[in-house]
Amino acid sequence: MKRWMWRRSLPSRRFLAIVPPFVWLGLFLLLPFLLVLKISFAELKFGIPPYTPLAALKDEVLTLSLSLRGYALLFSDSLYIATYLSSVKMAAVTTVCCALIGYPMAYYIARSHPSVRNVLLLGVILPFWTSLLLRVYAWVGILRNDGLLNKFLQGIGLISAPLEIYRTDLAVYIGLIYAYLPFFILPLYANLVKLDNRLLEAAYDLGARPWNAFLRITLPLSMPGVIAGAMLVFIPSVGEYVIPEMLGGADTLMMGRVMWTEFFNNADWPMAAAVTCVMVMLLLVPLVIFQYGQVRQLEQQQRRRNGKA
Amino acid sequence: MLDTRGPAPSWSGDAEEFVRVEDVVKIFGDTVAVQSVSLSVRRHEVFALLGSSGCGKSTLLRMLAGFEEVTSGRIYLDNEDITQLPPYRRPVNMMFQSYALFPHMTVEANVAFGLKQEGVARNEIHERVFEALDLVQMAGFARRKPQQLSGGQQQRVALARSLVKRPKLLLLDEPMSALDKQIRQKTQIELVKILDQVGVTCIMVTHDQDEAMTMADRLAVMSEGQIIQCGTPQDVYAFPNSRFVAGFIGSTNLFTGTIVVDEPDHVLIESADLTRPLYVSHGVSEPLGMEVHVSIRPENIRVLREQPDSESNWAHGMVSHVAWMGSYARYQIRLDSGASLEASVPSLVLAQADAPGLDDEVFVAWSDDSATVLPS
Repeated sequence: MKRWMWRRSLPSRRFLAIVPPFVWLGLFLLLPFLLVLKISFAELKFGIPPYTPLAALKDEVLTLSLSLRGYALLFSDSLYIATYLSSVKMAAVTTVCCALIGYPMAYYIARSHPSVRNVLLLGVILPFWTSLLLRVYAWVGILRNDGLLNKFLQGIGLISAPLEIYRTDLAVYIGLIYAYLPFFILPLYANLVKLDNRLLEAAYDLGARPWNAFLRITLPLSMPGVIAGAMLVFIPSVGEYVIPEMLGGADTLMMGRVMWTEFFNNADWPMAAAVTCVMVMLLLVPLVIFQYGQVRQLEQQQRRRNGKA
Repeated sequence: MLDTRGPAPSWSGDAEEFVRVEDVVKIFGDTVAVQSVSLSVRRHEVFALLGSSGCGKSTLLRMLAGFEEVTSGRIYLDNEDITQLPPYRRPVNMMFQSYALFPHMTVEANVAFGLKQEGVARNEIHERVFEALDLVQMAGFARRKPQQLSGGQQQRVALARSLVKRPKLLLLDEPMSALDKQIRQKTQIELVKILDQVGVTCIMVTHDQDEAMTMADRLAVMSEGQIIQCGTPQDVYAFPNSRFVAGFIGSTNLFTGTIVVDEPDHVLIESADLTRPLYVSHGVSEPLGMEVHVSIRPENIRVLREQPDSESNWAHGMVSHVAWMGSYARYQIRLDSGASLEASVPSLVLAQADAPGLDDEVFVAWSDDSATVLPS
């Protein structure tokens, strides 16, 4: 009897646990996205809202009108395609740079004495206490032709004319790497700090020099952290608006800026929505790969547990 | 030959000295983990460092492996000074307590790791890996990941991994601690067989005296960073040099008394705990009237109903507790003096009709050669 009750109550309890996140995702992710998707198939129109409805009751006949103008334009105008490619490229370069800079930092923090560790972690998190906008403004001040960097370099006599960094792609890279570096460091740190030191000792014991032990033991075992960090950097970088807008030049092509222009300058909501939808699809690819990797890892753990039993 | 390097080794003879630890000290901050330890281990010997946790045995092992630097002292292996060598350049391999198998590699890759670091040719690696896996009967599991193996199987893989490079010295860190009690004893014997077959010199660390007695040719009892006694398991058990060792290796009954008769072939010791004086059939170096400690193992004590007719080596008391252990029973006996004494009574004796039971008045007696006088 008791057993029966327990079994009966199990699905409902599981259901209760899953409902809140599902409702949350449905209301704040799926629904807005469906709205955007709807708008992307609408026709441009002056007025409020600035697009036509998809379905209309005309002379007691329900007419459904889907416009593919936005998508057609997207794939015919080379500028959009170039922007997508450029966004992905910039996000990819940012991710690689974050990995190259962030890995040693995460490694160093994870290896340092526990009392120092928290101070160093705080140092990584500290910039979040200031608004991103302010921090990017600070970079404007540093990178401008008459900014801190140029003044300093000219002051010590290294260069005679100011370096043109501000309003170039380089400035955008600097801004992106700066802003997203903590997102790479934190998950990787969480992974590295769990690494069993005895595995490294075992590697040394078996004749591996420190660098070899790192390559064969630490690096492969920290890959889940690297992948998680890379996702956290890559995905928001692709759609980043503030940094390319404030640091990039007129020729810095990034999706976020195109969306802004379409929405606010051209007031072309359907076009902007189409740009957004394609970008979401673009971002789904790495996400799905990531998810697949995680599921496989979970399955492996499951198999391990079954194997042990 | 005169040994001028400090305390003479506890073993006599000219057997080959293979590992020599010389006055090694290790200080962490303001704690002394190992204080001036010297020992030597012979070729092909299985040597156990025995002690409770925090006694410095693991630190000593880690210094032998090269994971910890010595604060002072030297370590020699096969006449080579390895004190300053980093772990990856020592011909020493270790089997870790938790095995430390690489979780992202298969069994085969784990065992091959050391050989790859050495730059051994690929087909030779394959050959030697399977030779090592055959030795521990794990060749059938070469493609598995460590997590897919049981604790005992993981241990075999770890052993294969630490033997495959044919180290001059094998270190075992608490080799049985991660195994279930039931399979421990079987595994201990198997492990010794494998070590014997390979002929490797081995130093192991354990807190389990049974494990040390089962596996080791010689052992050193450690406490507070020092070696208290070193010798064969039989010697250390039969002739402990201190109360600490007597209590640590097996269980024992300790009595305090004063020497009243001191002859070259025997001494008589008067103890307030016992009804009759203790007769010990070996001479001691302590002077007359000196307070000494005497150890008598529980298995050497007989529990009798009748009063023994000898002048010495017995006491009168009452059975206060009986614990049935299977092959023997452990009797707790309260002596007239109030002191407590433990005696092991074999099952054969217990089966007799008049075997003493709880609350019975009994006499406990032991032979002249079963008591040992402890110097400290």
